[in-house]
Amino acid sequence: MTTSANLLSENAPPVLVIPEKPHEPKKSEEPGKPDSAPQLVLGLLFGVVFGFLLQKGGVARYEVLMGQFLLTDFTVIKIMLTAIIVGMLGIFGLRALGLVKLHLKPTRYAANIAGGLLFGVGLGVLGYCPGTGIVALGQGNFDAIAGILGLIVGSYVYAETSGLLASTLMKIGYRGDIMLPDVLGMRLVVFLAAFVPLLVLGLYLVAKLAP
Amino acid sequence: MQHASGAWSPYLVGTLIGLLSMATFYFSNKPLSVSTAYARLAGMVGKLFAKGHTENLKFYQDTKPKMEWGVMLVVGMLLGAIIAAVTGGEFTAAWVPAMWEQRFGPDVALRLGVAFVGGVILAYGARLAGGCTSGHGISGALQLSVSSWVALVCFFIAAVPTAHLMYRL
Repeated sequence: MTTSANLLSENAPPVLVIPEKPHEPKKSEEPGKPDSAPQLVLGLLFGVVFGFLLQKGGVARYEVLMGQFLLTDFTVIKIMLTAIIVGMLGIFGLRALGLVKLHLKPTRYAANIAGGLLFGVGLGVLGYCPGTGIVALGQGNFDAIAGILGLIVGSYVYAETSGLLASTLMKIGYRGDIMLPDVLGMRLVVFLAAFVPLLVLGLYLVAKLAP
Repeated sequence: MQHASGAWSPYLVGTLIGLLSMATFYFSNKPLSVSTAYARLAGMVGKLFAKGHTENLKFYQDTKPKMEWGVMLVVGMLLGAIIAAVTGGEFTAAWVPAMWEQRFGPDVALRLGVAFVGGVILAYGARLAGGCTSGHGISGALQLSVSSWVALVCFFIAAVPTAHLMYRL
C-alpha cells in the first residue's frame, strides 16, 4: 500500500515534514455531530458562489449539457477539466502543508459502475445534473422543478433499497478509500507529476478541436 | 472573446470552481457535493409521513436527514443562480427548453413527465455510485479517488448514447 502522504513529505523541505496518515479516517466529523451555525452560513455562502459560477458558465442550460453528450458543445468538459486540474494542484498543495485532509469516496467497483451508468442515463433523460438542476431553476428553467422532485423521490426509493444493496451489490469489488496511484503502485508525487500534465494536454486538445 | 454557451469563459469558471473547492476543504473541511442534499431532503419529507420507517432505513442511519452544510450549499446555489441570471439578463421563464420543443413539441406535461423520470433515475444512480457530477466528477476526481474516476467515465459512457437515442434517431 502506497503511503502517499509520507512520500509527499519526503520531498518537501524539512520544515514542512508533517507526520500525516496516508488515508485519514474521514468519518471523524460525520456521526451525529451537527454543523455549527457559522458552518451552515459558510455552506450557504459557498453555495451562492457555486451556483453563480455554474450559471455564468452556461452549464445549467439544457442545450449545453445535452450538447456535451451529443458531442457538439464541450463547455461541460472544459469547465470540469479546468476545475479538476486547479483543484487537484490546490488540494494536494494544501495537504502537503498540512492544511487540509482528503475526503475520498470508497471504491465499490460494482456499485460505482452500475450507479455511474444509471446516472448517465438519467443525465441524458433529464438534461440537468443534480447541481445544475438547482441552477437551472434559479435561472428560470421551470422544467427543472420536475427534475428536482424526481431527484427527491429517487433518493427515497434508493434509501428503501439501501439495506438490501448493502448486503449485496455494495460488497462486490469493495476496495475502500483507494486512489489512482495506489492502483498503479505509484508514489503520489510521481503520479501527480505525470497525471496533471496529461490532464492539461487533454484540456488543450479539447480547446483546439472544439473551440 | 465570445463564448456562445455561457456568459463567462469555461476556463475562468473552471478555475474559480477549483479555487472554491480549495476554500471548502480549508474553511469547512468538506468537498463540494450536491446529490446527498437531495437524499437528506427526501429523508426530511419521508420523516413527515413515516418517521420511524424513514429513520430505520439503512441509508438514513448513515446519512441523517437533517439540515446541514450540504443542504445549505444547495439552497445557496439556488440564490447564486438567481443573482447571476437576473444581473446578467439571462433569466428565462420557460417550462420547455427550446431544443426539446424543436424535437418533441411544446407539450409541457411531456417535458415535465420525462424530466421527473430522469430525476428519479439520476438520483438512484447517484446514490448507488456514491456521488454526482460535483461529488464524484469534480471533488472526487480532483482527489484522485478511484471510485470517482470510474463513476465519471461511466456517466459519459451512458449519457452519450442516451442523448443520441433522444436526438439523433
